[in-house]
Amino acid sequence: MSATLVADGVLVLLLLGLALRATAAADAFAAVVAFVAFGLLLALAWMRLHAGDVALTEAAIGSGVTGAVLVAAAMRLPPTLPHIPPEADPEAAFPKAMPGGAARPEVMPGWAARPKVILGEAAIRLAALLLSGLVTACLAGLVLWTTGPSHSQAATALRHLPELGLYNAVTGVLMAYRGFDTLMEKIVLLLALVGVWSLARDTVWGGRPFPAAIPAQGGAVTLIARLLPPIGIVVAVYLLWVSAEEPGGAFQGGAILAAMWLLVLLAGLRQAPLLGSRLVRWTVAVGPAIFLAAGFAGFAFPAGFLSYPPGVAKAMIILIEFPLLLSIAVILGLLVTGPAERRP
Amino acid sequence: MTALPAALATAVLVTAGVVFFVAGTVGLLRFPDAMTRLHALSKADNLGLGLIVLGLLPQAASVSGALKLLAIWLLTQVAGATVTQVMARAIWRGASPPGASPSHASSSEAPRS
Repeated sequence: MSATLVADGVLVLLLLGLALRATAAADAFAAVVAFVAFGLLLALAWMRLHAGDVALTEAAIGSGVTGAVLVAAAMRLPPTLPHIPPEADPEAAFPKAMPGGAARPEVMPGWAARPKVILGEAAIRLAALLLSGLVTACLAGLVLWTTGPSHSQAATALRHLPELGLYNAVTGVLMAYRGFDTLMEKIVLLLALVGVWSLARDTVWGGRPFPAAIPAQGGAVTLIARLLPPIGIVVAVYLLWVSAEEPGGAFQGGAILAAMWLLVLLAGLRQAPLLGSRLVRWTVAVGPAIFLAAGFAGFAFPAGFLSYPPGVAKAMIILIEFPLLLSIAVILGLLVTGPAERRP
Repeated sequence: MTALPAALATAVLVTAGVVFFVAGTVGLLRFPDAMTRLHALSKADNLGLGLIVLGLLPQAASVSGALKLLAIWLLTQVAGATVTQVMARAIWRGASPPGASPSHASSSEAPRS
């Protein structure tokens, strides 16, 4: 017991340290690196809590795809300079020549004002630290105090899953009990992609992402971009297929498919698609559309929206999940590549 | 329960693997430049993980479980080798990681004695 307790304690301390670094790092790239490491360790923490589904999602989406998006964002930002205290460089704070040719005043007005500014900054930081600490303590207190005997609905939920041909409680809840939430999730993902696309300039609307075509890289990158995708596709389909009984699902599989696609794009083996092309538009829409259609099909039976007719529930869920896998993979990949930057 | 020889083999091999990981981490922290740090890291990935996987094989519940362990090791090898190549090429060309100037990296991360 004590050995696992020590290991868990180290894990928690590492998580806290990385969270602090991700928020406190002055450099955007360092913050992203800390965030990705934080996500991977968080996945380990979820495994320690026996939540394999959440761990997979955290590693694939929280750390993997989000990490890639953040790296891409950090690369586009101007490099963050180390914070220079104002008193280190008085010329920068108060240039010799005032605009309009006015002479520099004899008494530097900043002389008295500057320490106050620094004090103000420190005070604001301290206040922010105290306030956020207070909020965290309140939330922790709230959670710990209200924890009574748990009223778990797990047994009731699990009882009906075999009728759907599902044995993994998480997939059962996602696809059967909370199907509406899962549907909305996919719609939100689609909206996020539309949001990213809308950042493109008018002149390049419907064009390709990346400022220039990526030349073929050659060497190790090309090797791995040829070697990994067949394996990745098998793993992605496997993750979706076993989600009926084991941890997995369309999101986790989709993230792996997206990674394989990005590998091929970044190795320069294929060019990023035209975002305005009919194929791209249909591919990102087909998964949510079929989900929606299946939802409306529920009206043909007495139970209503998103209910599965008895007997064919498993077949319907598979019919919904495979197009979803494809759509999620393409959406996640296009979220990473970003808006169009070149003319079609 | 697994047999005693299997448990013993696991203990020895996993411990040896951990030694490689610790050595790799020490190298990552102490080596003077990016190329040697990459070298240290790849040793931990290849040999350390290889030994740990080898040590866990006797504990695998099934043959497919053991094959999955081997697959993890092989995939990590491929990924690690590729990343090392890409990073080494970037360093060779003089590209510095975003946010860190090369001079800063060499001055602040010199070996401390």
